[in-house]
Amino acid sequence: MKNLKHIKYVLTENPITFGSVILFLLFILTAIFGPLLIPFDPLASDTENALNPPSALHWFGTDQLGRDVFSRVVVATRLDLFIALVAVILSFVVGSILGSLAGYYGGWTDRIVGRFLDTIMAFPLFVLAMAIVAALGNTIENIVYATAIINLPFYARVARAEVNVLRNSPFVEAALVSGNSHMKLLCFQIFPNAMPPMMVQLSLNMGWAILNAAGLSFIGLGVKPPDAEWGIMVAEGANYIISGEWWVALFPGAVLMLAVFCFNLLGDGLRDIFDPRKRS
Amino acid sequence: MKRRDFIKGSAILGANLALLRIMPASAATRAGTVVIVTGFGPNSMDIHRKGTNRPSYAMAVNLYDRLLGYGSKTLPDGSMMYDYQKLEPEVAESWEIASDGMSATFKIRKGATFWDGNPITAEDVKWSFDRAVSVGGFPSVQMKAGSLIKPEQFEAIDMHTFKINFIRKSKLTLPDLGVPVPIIINSKVAKKHATKKDPWASEYLHKNPAGSGAYKLARWEPGQQVVLERFENWKNGPLPPIKRVILREVPSPSTRRALLERGDIDISYDVPPKDSKELRDSGKVNVIGVPIENSMYAIGLNVKMKPFDDVRVRKALAYAIPYEKVFKVAAYERGIPMYGGKSLKPETIEWPQPFPYDTDYEKSKTLLKEAGYEKGFEIPLSINLGLAYWMEPAALLIQESLAKVGIKVSIDKIPGASWRTKALVEKGLIFHMKSFGGWLNYPDYYFFWVYQDGHLFNSMSYKNDELESLVEETLHIPLDDPAYEPNIKKLIGIAFDEVPLIPMWQPFLDVAMQKNVDGYEYWFHRQIDCRAIKKT
Amino acid sequence: MLQTLRIISGRLLQAIPAILGIIIVTFFLTRALPGDPAVYFAGPAADAESIAEIRHELGLDKPLPSQFLIYLQDLYQGDLGMSIGTGRPVIEELGRRLPASIELTLCALVFAISIAIPLGLLSATRPDTWIDHLTRMIVTMGVSLPTFFTGLFFIYIFYYLLGIAPSPLGRLDFIYLSPPHVTGFYLIDSLIDGDWEVFFASLSQLILPSITLGLFVLAPLARMTRASMLQVLSSDFIRTAKANGLPRRKILMTYAFRNALLPILTTMGMVFSFLLGSNVLVEKVFAWPGIGSFAIEALIASDYAAVQCFVLAMAILYVFLNLMIDVIYTLVDPRIKLSG
Repeated sequence: MKNLKHIKYVLTENPITFGSVILFLLFILTAIFGPLLIPFDPLASDTENALNPPSALHWFGTDQLGRDVFSRVVVATRLDLFIALVAVILSFVVGSILGSLAGYYGGWTDRIVGRFLDTIMAFPLFVLAMAIVAALGNTIENIVYATAIINLPFYARVARAEVNVLRNSPFVEAALVSGNSHMKLLCFQIFPNAMPPMMVQLSLNMGWAILNAAGLSFIGLGVKPPDAEWGIMVAEGANYIISGEWWVALFPGAVLMLAVFCFNLLGDGLRDIFDPRKRS
Repeated sequence: MKRRDFIKGSAILGANLALLRIMPASAATRAGTVVIVTGFGPNSMDIHRKGTNRPSYAMAVNLYDRLLGYGSKTLPDGSMMYDYQKLEPEVAESWEIASDGMSATFKIRKGATFWDGNPITAEDVKWSFDRAVSVGGFPSVQMKAGSLIKPEQFEAIDMHTFKINFIRKSKLTLPDLGVPVPIIINSKVAKKHATKKDPWASEYLHKNPAGSGAYKLARWEPGQQVVLERFENWKNGPLPPIKRVILREVPSPSTRRALLERGDIDISYDVPPKDSKELRDSGKVNVIGVPIENSMYAIGLNVKMKPFDDVRVRKALAYAIPYEKVFKVAAYERGIPMYGGKSLKPETIEWPQPFPYDTDYEKSKTLLKEAGYEKGFEIPLSINLGLAYWMEPAALLIQESLAKVGIKVSIDKIPGASWRTKALVEKGLIFHMKSFGGWLNYPDYYFFWVYQDGHLFNSMSYKNDELESLVEETLHIPLDDPAYEPNIKKLIGIAFDEVPLIPMWQPFLDVAMQKNVDGYEYWFHRQIDCRAIKKT
Repeated sequence: MLQTLRIISGRLLQAIPAILGIIIVTFFLTRALPGDPAVYFAGPAADAESIAEIRHELGLDKPLPSQFLIYLQDLYQGDLGMSIGTGRPVIEELGRRLPASIELTLCALVFAISIAIPLGLLSATRPDTWIDHLTRMIVTMGVSLPTFFTGLFFIYIFYYLLGIAPSPLGRLDFIYLSPPHVTGFYLIDSLIDGDWEVFFASLSQLILPSITLGLFVLAPLARMTRASMLQVLSSDFIRTAKANGLPRRKILMTYAFRNALLPILTTMGMVFSFLLGSNVLVEKVFAWPGIGSFAIEALIASDYAAVQCFVLAMAILYVFLNLMIDVIYTLVDPRIKLSG
């Protein structure tokens, strides 16, 4: 109950956070129900009507193959959110496990994990993602894996730091003395306390994951056509800006920006809810 | 390569730059200078070097001379192109074929010199030709196409007389002397930089051209630009009107278009079809589009893999391609359609010519049913990422169209670097797109490269014994041989019937330029020959 | 001093395993790339035989572990290999392209700092007001857009439509010759040479790409400034200063800001290294001949030596950068000691 009150307080206190939560819900709803409500088939080409400007029939205009941009943008929501969510959850889970183990057991575990993380972090992140996708092939799975890998270190570090601190606290000592196993302690007592700072980063990472996928598409290492994904729509539409068909790139780009924007602000809101000390 | 060389290199570069700065900034007055932008720049000044990319051929064309060149002709729409039937003197001011037809003797132009003032001699020509056939890789293969294979064939009779002994009579030999490969190098300079490990001075000539061409290399910043300057003592043709050529590398086609429209550059080379159509319609700039000879954008079906081993399936596919849509959307109609031919048997030996297929889903379904694929099948369509600007829209439309006859297509984008290996060397792509353009404009030349078993551009793994003997026979016989025409018709007939290759259209090479730029000529090597360019 | 040196060398030693890890990972990652350098090298129209020849020449037919050992050996002797694409030693390419990227990144940083820090200060002095919220929205918008998108639209609006930006042709318009090479930074080299025209020409080419890049990092800088300032402003000694009646401006700039500087500097360092690794897309859009565009081309062409060299260079750069930040830390705040 106290938590709920706190959440309500944060939301009403800060209109921006409130707005971003609403936006976030809107995106989720679009991802789930959008494909059922769109006016046109996002994959159906209509070459007679290629590159038509926005009109009453095609709200966002048509692209180079005559496909309805609005329908494609809506359908892309599902794919982009999926990529972002899965990638971030994956890096969160794997990172937390690695970091927690390193923070709890210390010693060689800590050293090995530490070096592994350093190796990842020393790579220019985007180039690492590029290299992984180029090497393994540009499927959605690989884009997700590449994004997950480059985001891993953060969660691992935070988990490690928090677990390390908590490990030496009195209540843990007491629990160990009363016969609790290490694993049980780690999973149910220590780790939940380490979660708050990571929750914030989850949201921020989702935004970054979407931008990452967009960047990969620009180079040609992104999602395969004819799948609709915001990033690849912007990348393809980029070729048409100069010739004046700005809508092909602008609408997916604007929606992409809105989504990332929303995730970033949401991250701030989550920080306020979970960890008011660190407000920034 | 060691650290020292890096420092040495910087010192040399620095010295060069210091010298160049003496040139007044006003030397870049726009009247005497032409600025050209392309998507990719050269990666070497030496066309004989391994790994040299296509844009480097422009360097061979402008910085070096050959024994002979081609004349030019004017097309009905006023644009100019090279005339492959008119061979003209360049370094060789005249030549004679021996009475038995088994050799040719060339008279080297007296007074023609290299950039450093040394006269061009038959020695230089022999050294250069020996190099071309000895280095292996693409240059030697190209020389071979003209039956120029062994150094023993080349003789320097005296300072101004050079002789080539033929190993067979072939209509391709003399034209092969005008392609970019047989450049004439200043052998004195080259030999000074040759070593035991590097007898052909490849390391030196990679960065330092030693030629006699109408343009000299003023500076080269790899990845950025090449600056050429006119060689004032050029005697091998009329002195070019333009003093300075700047070739700038700008990867993004949108940026190239923006630069052209704002008047900041003079010529944009190899413009994507949509841009060329719109630029042309806007009337702000001139767009010259010439059909690329002996070339087609086509679909390849690997006959060694099911289900394409069955000719009925291949034909079914040929009837299910949305030709018109593709021509409109991928080509923006900048090309000549290669579909909808009227008769199943070729009536002329024109090449390329439209194949007798058009979009007809009924015919396609019937053939698939006959072959036992009534339910269709699943198949990946591979495209070259480097050519995505036309391959991707075409692939998407084909994917949609084939679904109508039950064939489920997934699109596989392969990066440019891996394309050659997968498509041409391994021949492992079952369903893919192709774009080959032969330098020598003869249909038998095309069949040699694309349809002959095991040859590089035969990505369809096609083999046909009749075709093999026909090509062998026809490749070297002259055009006026009575067997020529019927043989070519037979070859085209096989291509029509067997259809391992489904053509879509013959592309234009579109070049856009400011209205005051004149003299652009289309060349088979598809690079820009700066020697005829002028500004009005 | 000796203590500091010892700690620094200790840190460097610590970095070695990470660098070794990078070498190993990069080596295997490049070998996993789909392209075949032998085919590329053999050139067009080469047949299977000549390709096999070249593969043997390049040593690519040897088993992977021995290839790795050869690579290590070459590295030890300072031989970073040849780039297939350009046919020049990779280290030469690096020497030309790295300054281009660093110059761009530094300019982007200067732009970002000049906007983010004042905004951060503004927010810190008026927390929770509409100004605070507005600045948060502005900087977050900057970080939410893909850089290539902003870049292209900027070119469209400022160059194509309005004609006020110079042509996006790279570092220098073609009517100018690049200044004689001293550092590789055109801005510095042209000044050393006394050539004001080239200086201003280089500067004008830098404006649009720097802004595009800088927009992306406004958010972390502004946020950190705000957070750090808020923390300092609520500390005791500031309260004392206020109580003693010192002028507000003096408190803010002289006392508060200086003390808040530390985390801001760290963020700047992080931002710089992040930018250096991610200016790949901006370089592509603006035809900037930097290390990012070199990396993409190398990656797509499966140019092993070039990719390996690029990654290694960046990794070593990061290590030094982090170390430098730590050292600056100790200089700025004598209370902080380098941890060993």
